Amino acid sequence: MRNILVIFKKELKSYFASPIAYLLLAIFAVIFGFFFYSATRFFVLQGMQMAMMGRGMPMDVNEYVIRPLLTNASVIGLFLIPMITMRLYAEEKRSGTIELLMTSPVRDLEIVLGKWLAALVLYASILAISGVNIGILFAFGRPDWKPILVGYLGLLLQGGCLLAIGIFISTTTRNQIIAGGATFAVCLMLWVLDWVSAYDQSAWAKVVAYLSVVTHFEPFAKGVIDTKDVIFYLSMIFFGLFLTARSVESLRWRS
Amino acid sequence: MIKVEGLTKRYARTVAVDNISFEVEKGQIVGFLGPNGAGKTTTMRVITCFLPPTAGTARVAGFDVLEQPLEVKKRIGYLPESPPLYPDMEVSEYLTFVGKLKGLANADVPKRVNEVCERCAITDVKLRLIGKLSKGYRQRVGLAQAILHNPDVLILDEPTSGLDPKQIIETRELIRSLAGDHTIILSTHILSEVEHSCERVIIINQGKLVAQDTVTNLTNRLRGSESVAVEVAAANGNLNPGEVRQRLEQVAGVSRVVLKDTKANQCAFEVESMQGRSIRPEVARAVVTAGWDLNELRPIGFSLEDIFLQLTASEKAEKKSEEKPEEKQPEEKKAEAKV
Repeated sequence: MRNILVIFKKELKSYFASPIAYLLLAIFAVIFGFFFYSATRFFVLQGMQMAMMGRGMPMDVNEYVIRPLLTNASVIGLFLIPMITMRLYAEEKRSGTIELLMTSPVRDLEIVLGKWLAALVLYASILAISGVNIGILFAFGRPDWKPILVGYLGLLLQGGCLLAIGIFISTTTRNQIIAGGATFAVCLMLWVLDWVSAYDQSAWAKVVAYLSVVTHFEPFAKGVIDTKDVIFYLSMIFFGLFLTARSVESLRWRS
Repeated sequence: MIKVEGLTKRYARTVAVDNISFEVEKGQIVGFLGPNGAGKTTTMRVITCFLPPTAGTARVAGFDVLEQPLEVKKRIGYLPESPPLYPDMEVSEYLTFVGKLKGLANADVPKRVNEVCERCAITDVKLRLIGKLSKGYRQRVGLAQAILHNPDVLILDEPTSGLDPKQIIETRELIRSLAGDHTIILSTHILSEVEHSCERVIIINQGKLVAQDTVTNLTNRLRGSESVAVEVAAANGNLNPGEVRQRLEQVAGVSRVVLKDTKANQCAFEVESMQGRSIRPEVARAVVTAGWDLNELRPIGFSLEDIFLQLTASEKAEKKSEEKPEEKQPEEKKAEAKV
């Protein structure tokens, strides 16, 4: 446990000692800020139109602003995650510091978990920036906070699963760009897999669509915690970290 | 302390280490010697649990590297060929991280970091970024990292590579001062380094163990014939090297004469005796009676270079006397043998 913390602290520090963390925070703040601005402007416009048409029922902020925003945040995350994970092992392998880690009295799995947790915390702090925007909604309206929390939980679970896959890919190469590119490709694939359900209803297509990380996020964005989705994400995280640990172990045999 | 038996490491197509066995006693400094690509690094990586062996075993303090890697790792400090440093960390921050990683108690870490900084003379750069340090400082930070948790065994892969002469001397001093409490294996392809710092030598070539013995024994093995450096000058101004050479070759007991250097009026030779013959008085007499001046007459001890080349090269006798990059004064050699 202590070893995990030691690795975790070192990784988190090195994110914030280099420009990576700040760059990612800035990218997210700008893009999410733009989405937020567009969504609220559109919401206000529509609300006024509805009122003029004489409909008395007010529009739901949760449904018309927060839900699409959280879905968008999950897409932005898709782009940021490769940048978070690509260096985790590739850099250690290139600079030779992997020899330090692997000859220290620490288990491979502890290193993997420490690195994954650091990546997850960075991702969480990136998401936390969107809290500012959501906070503005609370200042001017009365959104329901429970679905928002569920949405963020979903974002974290989805992030954790993509981060685990990203770390695994990072262990397979010593080139950060390859690691980042491949992770991005895999994330994108996992995102669009559910398109098959649009033209194919066979059992095979259902399995493929089930693997899509986005389909499992939709209930969270609505504020619904479905055990099936939680289990999907947790098992993907477990699977990714398991692959990573095996891959690190195989470094010894292959290198 | 370290026991390696029948160690073999095979990569996809090549055999890096082939059936090597050796033992290192507690407190010894052992030099691991071989040309580049001989399998030194691979052997060290097996002992440090970085690579598993294909066959054979390696034990550190009684713990097998495959069965109890954590116990082995706790007892080993390892400096790889390129020091494993994070360029975006400060020196003290890095050492603190390594200390915790190696399992030092949190309370002990700052004290140990200060100690090793003193010992490795890096206290003045403690708050600098590692990425901004010079190669010599980086190497020393790497060494500090290796001794940080006060391990029983130190494995140093080419600890002096890339350092300037002054730093090399300092590093050797440091390594020698570590012997006693620590068992040290250091690899190098520089032979004089082994003569300077090590008690025992293990020579490997192309993955095979060629020789292992103490430095003195290895040198003695090749004693028997004597090499003498001779410098001859002519007072009257014309000296024909060929003539001198002929004269020297006629001296009783001389097996071969090699011309090393010719300058105006003087030339240097290396004269080798037959087994068990002392030729210095005869050579001196021959030069003087021929009417030349004898500027220098000095015995050349066999250096590890010779042994090394003899053991690793196929054409043994050919290479031995032609390649002698470093010649040492006898008294200097004696001093080194003591260390």
